[in-house]
Amino acid sequence: MNTDMSTATLTSRLGGLLMAPVNLLMRVLDIPLRAVQKAAGIGGMAAVFLAPNMLIFGIFVLLPLVINFVYSMTGGTAFFLSEREFVGAAQYERLFQCANYLDPMSCQEDAFWTAVGNTFWFVVLQVSLMILTALITALILNRDLAARSFWRAVFFFPVLLSPVVVGLIWKWILQRQGLLNFGLYQFGVEPYTWLTDRNWTFVATIGVSLWAHMGFYALILLAGLQAIPKDLYEAAEMDGTKPARVFWRITLPLLMPNLLVVVVLALIRAVQIFDEVYVLTGGGPGTSTLYLTQYIYETGFASALRNPGLAAAASILMGLVLVVLTLVQLGIGQRGEKKGKR
Amino acid sequence: MGVASRFILRRRGGNGWHWTDIVTWVWLVGGLIIMFGPAVWLAFSSFKTPAALAEFPPSILPYVTSQATVQGYDKPLQLFDAKMPDGSTKVLAEVRRIGTMSQMVDPKTPGEIVRVNINDRTPVRSVSFATENYTTPFTQFDFLRYLWNSVFVTVTATLITLIVNSMAAFALSKYEFRGRSLAMLIILATLMVPLSVIMVPLYSIISSLGLFNNLWGVILPTVATPTGVFILRQYMLTIPDELIDAARMDKASEWQIYWRIVLPLTAPALAVLAIFSVVWRWNDFLWPLIVLSRRELYTLQVGLSIYSGELNVQWHFILAMTVVTMIPVVLVFIFLQRFITTGIAGTGLK
Repeated sequence: MNTDMSTATLTSRLGGLLMAPVNLLMRVLDIPLRAVQKAAGIGGMAAVFLAPNMLIFGIFVLLPLVINFVYSMTGGTAFFLSEREFVGAAQYERLFQCANYLDPMSCQEDAFWTAVGNTFWFVVLQVSLMILTALITALILNRDLAARSFWRAVFFFPVLLSPVVVGLIWKWILQRQGLLNFGLYQFGVEPYTWLTDRNWTFVATIGVSLWAHMGFYALILLAGLQAIPKDLYEAAEMDGTKPARVFWRITLPLLMPNLLVVVVLALIRAVQIFDEVYVLTGGGPGTSTLYLTQYIYETGFASALRNPGLAAAASILMGLVLVVLTLVQLGIGQRGEKKGKR
Repeated sequence: MGVASRFILRRRGGNGWHWTDIVTWVWLVGGLIIMFGPAVWLAFSSFKTPAALAEFPPSILPYVTSQATVQGYDKPLQLFDAKMPDGSTKVLAEVRRIGTMSQMVDPKTPGEIVRVNINDRTPVRSVSFATENYTTPFTQFDFLRYLWNSVFVTVTATLITLIVNSMAAFALSKYEFRGRSLAMLIILATLMVPLSVIMVPLYSIISSLGLFNNLWGVILPTVATPTGVFILRQYMLTIPDELIDAARMDKASEWQIYWRIVLPLTAPALAVLAIFSVVWRWNDFLWPLIVLSRRELYTLQVGLSIYSGELNVQWHFILAMTVVTMIPVVLVFIFLQRFITTGIAGTGLK
């Protein structure tokens, strides 16, 4: 109620400034649209309202989605489809051409398989740590805390920051004269150049993305925790149930739908990691933090030997993984709905 | 004080500290430091001179060494607290250094040279904010241009998003027509189509429309957000159809119904979408990086990343511009954070 009211005052204040010219525009637009309505009927106006969104959506989302398949079957460096030659499945064959399937370095596109391997380990480690920390944060925020909304905001703060800003903040902290070295120096540890060490940069990308996104998932889990009926806990308390048992028998099962949503969302986002890593490490040193999206970006646009067809093929493979994950999520959502109906 | 601290430090076990209370407070205070600390540290650093930035161990506040112009010397001389042989300390200006001895003069009596061992002198430092870190990128580099580009992209994209999405949501919530569920399905299915999957063909479409190196090429692909349609439609479904029927009786056109009745009633959801959209568009990075290759078209995010990737990184400028880039988001965080958090908790969308 309170939220709705202050939103309304906010919009009305903003509105006062913007409304005058917009109002005039809408009045003018009404004249031709009335004529359209006369011709198409009230039902036909649905198409008129839907048209701009669907047009933009069709051109910039659906069309690329479809021609991506065509792209992946063409070769050359030209970007316009008409200037590209058809090569069939050659790009896919190139991606999968390996002397030894157990050794990514023996593949023709070793960069692709390095990126796949890096992304895999990144996803596994980042998502499991993400779930763990987000769950702990949500459980703590769900306690009877004073100023809970303040603490919630604390963990949410980095979520709004741009990935570039996140990357730069941590680049500044991890550099040689940075805060981390300063902190360790107090304990007698010599300053170290973290961002030139292959293993530490990998750890850093995981840590930084945890820092930036954890608050978002904690928020979803907190909403789930708050939806659990209080009387369940009261009943458990009356029975003298141990807290650990309450957690495993009440909290976790009832939180499961939210937890699964968070797992899938975190997986989908982690597979696509790019922005903050690109700014923080640029994929290096060497290829130690080269992830899939950066491989696609560099193969398609940035490298001297650019190959849009190969990038398209790689992006379709990545898309397939995402489709599977999305279907899993939809499946979970539907199961949850059925449960709700019962 | 006692009441306040008892309220803030409410504990589970009454008077004693249960282990979960300890974990809670370690986690919360640790979170406070880890979540805000890095950004605060960056903000403090952005006011330091390049010399102060290169210092290790670093100081928290921006210090500069004091200098003074002394009669008889062309250049300003650096000031030191020097320990005199009689044990007193005096502020002296260093003329030159020879080996371990420093030749110094008292700024008040510049004629007389005093010799001091370099171990007996410490530089005089004072807190000073290097505001030129902020002014120089705006006046001598293109950052004012980048700022304008970012503002233009953010505002335009958000306005178009609000109009186009709300029109579609209106059609999908208040009309019965063939293909409605198909349209809804397509929108929902592409909720998860990320840019990284379609960037190659999208780039070719943008180029063939002549939108490469054009801010509209950044704006247009982002405005038909499925998320926005989804949020607005869910909200519009709660508006009673009777209102619309009554307006039709009064000979209102469909456009007027959309504009005068449905949109004002959707204001709370529109506000949430507007906040989201501003944050999304302000923070966009990969797509502007692909579409914009001319320096004068960069948005702040692209400009920052390009400058910070150059070999001789001028950190003092980068830090200051990072703070500038952070400001709108921090303002959103301070004033509108609860709308976003309730929005996410309600829909699970970012």
